[in-house]
Amino acid sequence: MATTLTINGEQKSFDAPPEMPLLWVLRDILGMTGTKFGCGIAQCGACTVHIDGKAVRSCVLPVSAVRDRAVTTIEAVGNSPAGAKVQKAWLDLEVIQCGYCQSGQIMAAAALLAATPNPDDSDIDAAMAGNICRCGTYVRIREAIKQAASGRQS
Amino acid sequence: MLTTEKLRQENSADGVSRRALLTGGLATGFLLAFHLPLRAASYAVNEPVQPADVTAGKFAPNAFIRIDETGNTTLIMPQVEMGQGTYTSISMILAEELDADWTKVALLHAPPNDKLYGNPTFGLQVTGNSNSIRAWWKPLRTAGASARAMLVQAAAAEWQVDPASCTTSRGEVTHAASGRKLGYGALALAAQGQTPPKDVPLKDPKDFVYIGQPLKRLDTPEKVNGKAVYGIDALLPDMKFATVAACPVFGGKVAKVDDTAAQKVPGVRKIVVLDDTVAVIGDHMWAAKKGLAALKIEWDEGPNARIGSKEIWQHLRAASEKDGAVAKSVGDIAKGLATGDKFEASFEMPFLAHASMEPINATIHVKPDSCEVWTGTQIASRVQSEAAKAAGLPVEKVIVNNHLLGGGFGRKLEPDMVVAAVKIAKQVDYPVKVVWTREEDIQHDVYRPVYRDTVTATLVDGKVAAWKYKVAGSAVLARWLPPAFQKGIDIDAVDAAVDAPYDIPNFHVEYVRAEPPAVPTGFWRGVGPNNNVFAVECAMDELARKAGKDPVEFRRAMLANKPRALAVLNTAAEKANWGQPLPPRVGRGVCLQPSFETFIATVVEAEIDELGEVAVRRVVSVVDTGIAVNPDTVKAQIEGGLIFGLTAALYGEITIDKGRVQQSNFHDYRMLRIDQTPKIEVHVVKSGEPPGGIGEAGVNAGPPALRNAILAATGVALRRMPIDRSLIAMGKKA
Amino acid sequence: MRILLSLAVIVIAAVGIGVWIVRGPGPLDFSGGSKVAVADYRAGKPTGVPAALEKASLVERGEYLAKAADCMVCHTKPGEKEFAGGLAFKLPFGTLYSTNITPDKETGIGNYSDQDFLNAVQRGKRHDGAMLYPAMPYPSYTYMTDEDVLAVKAYLFSLPPVRAPAPENTLAFPFNQRWAMLFWSAVFNPDTRFAPDTSKSPEWNRGAYLAEALAHCGECHTPRNLGFALDNRKKFAGAVTAGWRAFNISSDKATGLGNWSDDALVSYLATGHALGHGSASGPMGEAVDQSLSQLAPEDIRALAVYLRSVPPQPSPDLPATTAPAAPASHKDGVTPDARGKMVFEGACVSCHGWSGESLVSPMATLTGAWSVNDPAATNVAQIVISGTKRYTPDGALSMPAFGNAYSDDEIAAVANYVTARFGAKGSKLTAKDVAELRQQTAQ
Repeated sequence: MATTLTINGEQKSFDAPPEMPLLWVLRDILGMTGTKFGCGIAQCGACTVHIDGKAVRSCVLPVSAVRDRAVTTIEAVGNSPAGAKVQKAWLDLEVIQCGYCQSGQIMAAAALLAATPNPDDSDIDAAMAGNICRCGTYVRIREAIKQAASGRQS
Repeated sequence: MLTTEKLRQENSADGVSRRALLTGGLATGFLLAFHLPLRAASYAVNEPVQPADVTAGKFAPNAFIRIDETGNTTLIMPQVEMGQGTYTSISMILAEELDADWTKVALLHAPPNDKLYGNPTFGLQVTGNSNSIRAWWKPLRTAGASARAMLVQAAAAEWQVDPASCTTSRGEVTHAASGRKLGYGALALAAQGQTPPKDVPLKDPKDFVYIGQPLKRLDTPEKVNGKAVYGIDALLPDMKFATVAACPVFGGKVAKVDDTAAQKVPGVRKIVVLDDTVAVIGDHMWAAKKGLAALKIEWDEGPNARIGSKEIWQHLRAASEKDGAVAKSVGDIAKGLATGDKFEASFEMPFLAHASMEPINATIHVKPDSCEVWTGTQIASRVQSEAAKAAGLPVEKVIVNNHLLGGGFGRKLEPDMVVAAVKIAKQVDYPVKVVWTREEDIQHDVYRPVYRDTVTATLVDGKVAAWKYKVAGSAVLARWLPPAFQKGIDIDAVDAAVDAPYDIPNFHVEYVRAEPPAVPTGFWRGVGPNNNVFAVECAMDELARKAGKDPVEFRRAMLANKPRALAVLNTAAEKANWGQPLPPRVGRGVCLQPSFETFIATVVEAEIDELGEVAVRRVVSVVDTGIAVNPDTVKAQIEGGLIFGLTAALYGEITIDKGRVQQSNFHDYRMLRIDQTPKIEVHVVKSGEPPGGIGEAGVNAGPPALRNAILAATGVALRRMPIDRSLIAMGKKA
Repeated sequence: MRILLSLAVIVIAAVGIGVWIVRGPGPLDFSGGSKVAVADYRAGKPTGVPAALEKASLVERGEYLAKAADCMVCHTKPGEKEFAGGLAFKLPFGTLYSTNITPDKETGIGNYSDQDFLNAVQRGKRHDGAMLYPAMPYPSYTYMTDEDVLAVKAYLFSLPPVRAPAPENTLAFPFNQRWAMLFWSAVFNPDTRFAPDTSKSPEWNRGAYLAEALAHCGECHTPRNLGFALDNRKKFAGAVTAGWRAFNISSDKATGLGNWSDDALVSYLATGHALGHGSASGPMGEAVDQSLSQLAPEDIRALAVYLRSVPPQPSPDLPATTAPAAPASHKDGVTPDARGKMVFEGACVSCHGWSGESLVSPMATLTGAWSVNDPAATNVAQIVISGTKRYTPDGALSMPAFGNAYSDDEIAAVANYVTARFGAKGSKLTAKDVAELRQQTAQ
């Protein structure tokens, strides 16, 4: 059954069962491997994408539930002002270690900043606590979000 | 390759230690293989498929450096990047002595080749034990300096001047007297014809331009935009996807598989039944997962189905009552223990899973006469040989394309996922990516062993007069590197016990090997020092209480001969406001550790509520790791290591029932999250000592410092990890 | 002597009146019309299988009826062989284990004659004459026709025998005295077959047969009386059974099904989910998966018709309406319980959202579900502890069981946070309450 989704501004058509999580469509059918598999049960956030700008766990999102909403992935998050600011702050503060969870962290942070341009600590907790980082980069993630929000340079 | 003779000499000196392993060097077979071009195909960071290393038309003075005619400098990474920043630090060391232009540096993953890229400590291509920088510090500086000397020789020949009159900087050779300059690119071909110098001098550390600077990491720009390629991201034409179910009971086998329903799942291509594992290959992971769920598998569970955590602990406790092999003995322990105020306590550490964010995986293409592997591994050469065995091919017929690792933590020091994937891929003629679900990853790990460390000590005049320390636990090293297991002592398991920094006149360390029934064990970030630092530092706090001393004061009095340890302890106490009053049920705890040749003092401040829930408020770590090649990486590693360790202290425990692991995913194997993360301050001490290890050290610090903070806040001396909240709820006393 | 005799008569009468008062009305007494025997009912066929299966074999018909009666859930221990029993029922006075109903001659029901089987299902009497505990809902199954009971038997006897002795029950005195069940049964088991109500439609009668004789809805949804039997004065008013709250399914507009649309009711019964009403979990989830979702569409509709006719019963402890969606921002809405919020933002919000309306699936939407509007938070706590899995035509959606790694205190805190944020009235669970809930559902 052919499905068409708008992903990063492009129309993509593919065959997939309706219940197939978006994560596997992205990774295994479309070859967009920036979005990561971590847990498969929405407990780690590695698979976070944007659906109409909101951070959503693609590992539990049936592809049929996306419908006509816009999907944005890590590959294109830099095209949005919030996404670009987050990417820059991530590099300025050297947030990243192994980096495997960071696609999801960046997607969550970019959605946060788009909705809440000046987040306080509780906003950061609320938006980011669902994203696990096994390397333990949390201290820098918090700092980088604040830096991205303030526009300050390191 | 391993010189057991050498190791034995080290042992007989003053016991065995990890340092002996390091300084003695297991690997005399290591050579800087000048002029040996890479033979196997090598693939670049972030690019799944790259042309093989072509040295023609390039300056290729050794296995690590390639400079083409445009000056582009490719550095080949003997150690793997799993987040610890090694690629950047190794490049900095090479670039430092090479005087390379940092902006022209690109990196390549090394192909499997123990001769070229074997870790000097192990004689094998291994990234682990926090020794990438320690082991490669000298060899890589020499490689860089030697290449630089050849470039200088080429320039001097061109200009007909004395090489000694030339200088180098940022990819250029300069002859100051004549004002002439030549870039490394222009010199590449001429330098290739030069003879490498003997005994090339290395830079004086005061002249370092890169080392010691917080240079930006080279691997991170592609990690912010999804372009970084991990093993799990390998994509090949016509590839299929597989996922597996292994027998839930350790050691069990597949008895019977009914695949009627699975065969009907759309997208399912093939069901592969191995000895102890069933795999489903499909058009994508989803088809494979659905197919697997539709299988009816009967397992032959075998004898381990009777084993549970209770039996495992009984076994370990019984073993820990036995006398062990003596790893170190100073003074007269029997005499020492006969007098003074006696203390005895045992400290127990649980099984732990690695749970790296990238679940284990391997992509394999088996052809009639070759096998190609795409994965992220800490042991490229071992993966190659194990894959060859599984494929039934000679080693040279196996190509290993290593990748960035989405966390390693020791899990990827094992080749099991590659072996299983080869067995699966052997059944088909197309490439197969085998991805373990998180549940399979957690339930089929090699676990950080259970340990029971027993401290028997006496106090005389408020100081420790005698100290008998016995470790009981699995000898991971005996399985993983058998020649390193000598005289019944696992030098990893006793590492930081042997190296305890305290001045104690009668000091004795023993080891009892106790392999847990059923459960496979392996290296886990922080390795042996995790149990040692925990037990030593917990015991020190209890001894300080017994002596009526402040824990920092108590430690200080025994550090006269360890100035680096004393200095970090003093600084940490100062930065953490040690001794200043705190509200009720808030406490500070200290931990001092000598692990991986790095001295760290850590103070944790924690609050324990009336129900025993723990909130870590603040952590201060002061780190003396010798020369910090990249001080920002050192800080990042300590920050992350602390969180890794605190996660284990708060939540980490794998339990066994009926031979099975009871945890399965992050909902029941919990990780610390950002909203629980304390304020962390890391201070890196300036030092001229050779670099120490850093990737694992932070992990050691969290649990004992937190446990000691809980002791200070509640008066309860916990002796088991993870923290049992019921023991520290209000109204509970030790 | 005469005085003594009079006294005895008075005592017996008092006991009789007492018993009559405690026992209360039967499950179908509310309908009020005149009842006839099934054989005499001409308007339709309320018993047996749906039309499509009329011609099917006895075993196939029995399979359908066994599903409608939901035999398997109780008679199967998770992960073990189907119908082999061994599932534990934790009761306040001990543990009961379900029995092996495979045709194994030694440990199952292989030696049961037709009459033995009828006695067990309709009268709670075992093959050896001993009485069954009413954890086996024979006071409901007693309404099944002999023909239907024997069809179920034929189905069970078509299955492979499994050797699996049931574990010994661990009931405390006096509950371990099986003979006492004889008296219980005499009082509380009507031992009568379903009798259609001629004043109601055939569809209603089919629904009544399905709900009362087979699906035994009342066993969870009707409160119990002093004798632990169903109190049909409060028919379908809701009750807590095995640590889970079965909500009000009477036609009460506020807290029952009175305001549900037909479509919502049908959807909930058939799939365990209806838009705006949350998703079935726990025992109801099992009932949907193993039983209701397998029923013919006309049977689901009949059930809905019947449920709608049950007189309204209030649930005074529940709010008059469920709460609307919570604010989109974590900052707006309830004053947070710090620990509950922390658990929620780490483990829950990814699926359930700050508003309670899931970004992932309507099945994970909390808004509108009674569970989050229950000030006792029983089901919220249970689902956090044991998780849930919903099967849909589009695959399964599950929530993991957090019980093993989250403390009682954390579970209480998150349940209180969830009910306060997404419900009309927040709960005040304590760690101790959670510990007790765990006890009730522990296997």
